[in-house]
Amino acid sequence: MEPPVAAAPPSGEPGVLRRNAVALGFLAPAAILLLVMIVYPTIYTIIRSFFGKNAHEGFLPHGSWVGIDNYKALFTTNILVTAIKNSAIWIAVAPAAVTAIGLIFAVLTERIRWAVAFKTVVFMPMAISLFATGVIWHLMYIKDPGQGAVNAGVGAVKAWFSSPGALSNAAPSTAVLTGSPQTGYVLHKPIAAGSTALMGLTAIPPTDLSSAAKQAVVPQAKSGSITGVVWRDFKPGGGVPGKVEQGELGIPGVHVKLIQNGKTVQSATTGDDGSFTFDNVSGSGYNTGIAASTFAAPFGGISWLGPKLITPAIILAYIWVWAGFAMVVIGAGLAAISREVLEAARTDGASEWQVFRRITVPMLAPVLSVVFITMLINVLKVFDIVISIAPGSTQSDAAVIAVQMWRQSFGGVNDFGLGSAIAVFLFVLVVPVLLLNVRRFRREV
Amino acid sequence: MATYEAEAPVVVADPNERVAARIGRVVTRLPVHIFLMLIGVLWLVPTIGLFFTSLLSPSDYVSNGWWKVIAHPHLITWENYSNVWHNTDIPTALRITAEIAIGGTILPIIIAALAGYAFAWIDFPGRDWLFVLVIALLVVPLQMALIPLFHLYNTFHLYDTIFGLVLFHTAFGLPFAIFLLRNFFIGIPKDILESARIDGASEFRIFWKLILPLGLPAIASLAIFQFLWTWNDLLVALVMARNTTPITVDIFSQLRQFGSNIDIIAPASFLSMIVPLGVFFAFQRYFVQGLLAGSVK
Repeated sequence: MEPPVAAAPPSGEPGVLRRNAVALGFLAPAAILLLVMIVYPTIYTIIRSFFGKNAHEGFLPHGSWVGIDNYKALFTTNILVTAIKNSAIWIAVAPAAVTAIGLIFAVLTERIRWAVAFKTVVFMPMAISLFATGVIWHLMYIKDPGQGAVNAGVGAVKAWFSSPGALSNAAPSTAVLTGSPQTGYVLHKPIAAGSTALMGLTAIPPTDLSSAAKQAVVPQAKSGSITGVVWRDFKPGGGVPGKVEQGELGIPGVHVKLIQNGKTVQSATTGDDGSFTFDNVSGSGYNTGIAASTFAAPFGGISWLGPKLITPAIILAYIWVWAGFAMVVIGAGLAAISREVLEAARTDGASEWQVFRRITVPMLAPVLSVVFITMLINVLKVFDIVISIAPGSTQSDAAVIAVQMWRQSFGGVNDFGLGSAIAVFLFVLVVPVLLLNVRRFRREV
Repeated sequence: MATYEAEAPVVVADPNERVAARIGRVVTRLPVHIFLMLIGVLWLVPTIGLFFTSLLSPSDYVSNGWWKVIAHPHLITWENYSNVWHNTDIPTALRITAEIAIGGTILPIIIAALAGYAFAWIDFPGRDWLFVLVIALLVVPLQMALIPLFHLYNTFHLYDTIFGLVLFHTAFGLPFAIFLLRNFFIGIPKDILESARIDGASEFRIFWKLILPLGLPAIASLAIFQFLWTWNDLLVALVMARNTTPITVDIFSQLRQFGSNIDIIAPASFLSMIVPLGVFFAFQRYFVQGLLAGSVK
């Protein structure tokens, strides 16, 4: 059976025997461990996957043979199908994203002098456990923008483009104002130039009111202008609705608009006493109104940890961990590319993009595929980061194959048959990679 | 720029041109610098966030985002750490973690070095076939072994023991370790070994006196990987231990009350990161070498 070892002369027979014995001595500890702890369990798990929950465990499982029922359950049970779908999303997104981002970082760091510092920073998450990474990102993803940094960032960007409304709860104090918080409120009766518009609002908690707010003042009417006031039409003890009274505060920072024929022709913002002015107005048929943005609810935060976004959110965190790995491996490949080829292309007038697309990427193809395949295997086995980011309630929405293998086997269900089937499914998915590895090695020898 | 060039005397045009070219390059690369700086900050923020959170008292945590610590340093308190250190099992968990990681690093390296040497330098029948088998084992997910080993461990009283966890990490670290070391050992010049053999040195002596010292760079890379791998493990310990648990499992059991236990979770998580980060910063070079040598696991 065995291929003959480099033809040893007959006289060397005892030498060969001795050598084999020595080899056995060197290999025995590894061989025993690998056989007992990987090979035997692999066989056991494959067999176990055809037995039911109540089978007896022994040297080999026995009793309660169920055929392929566990595999049927794997593809028909809702939470398991969800896990398979999630794993598919992971496989489709994560390896490609990590490889692409690693490539971009690797190419860009070639152009800076502080590349070492940059690489250290991006590479650092590799040292942290995926579990601790999960804790870190759970913290980042908290919904309340006052606590979760991601939502605080999103809120800040949003505020940059549209400032949050001054009053999210306010309502008109009298029926002269019509509309809704979604559309804004408009003074029902049209007015002419030289008039003064009074727009009273109530139902404003004192905490919503800016501390700059002063006593509301009805501005003087001016010809050629429309003036007005937006104020909190309420004071302790009540007051008369629709009338500006002593003790009632103007509302600063309200967006008001001037409407003619259904179109907004001017807009303004109220001052500390609630007053505003539209200049250069003539004729009549105007309506003043309060813009809807005033009533926009403040940014409440995106529900990253909710059932809809949980998987993309975890994948983002995962990319944060592995981008450094891809960057370093691809960077090493990049350093091995001959500078002359790149320079020659540049001298010939190729743009940076062409050099990247036509030379760098094709020459890096072997390295890129190594990174991609490595990530593929890693992604299939992803476990820690999922169960540490996804809190109890959304864990089923976030679960991937490896998570369900653990949950079905040890997380309370204790169905070792189903758990084995899930493990075998996972194993089958990595077999192509296994064959690839073996082939690559055999070529190398 | 235009006026600057116009004013420059023709005689010194050369150095000025160089300055201009350099300025030009800096300007065209400015977007790259800015982009990478942003990325760098983005990559640092989450870890810093955990650290700052761990420095907030529970009441301050509820009313403040961690970033407010930057503007209000008086909010910083080390109370959480002292509480975690004195009133929880975290120090014990850290000790257990260290024991698992050290054992789970040394044992597989010794066993893999022996096997790697045999695969690289001892002729025996079926050598290549066996090595291919080892490579095949490289990608077997450890999920394939959890259920049978759970029963085996219970039968042989290895469940919930440090030795059991070390043994598990050893077995699953072996294929990669053998692969890496065999490939490194095979690169050692043949002359050195042959002359030692002619001098009558035993195989074990050659292994001990020649191969191990020469293989030190590869062993160092491997040790760092294996150490981080075992230190950071959650799944194996979650299945194979109940009370003798490393820090990851201890923190995991707190996660369900994330909000109310944050004053334990945050400092404990940060404590669990200190050793791996220290190892990483101290041996970054070996870490990268190991990564490049065997990005297959």
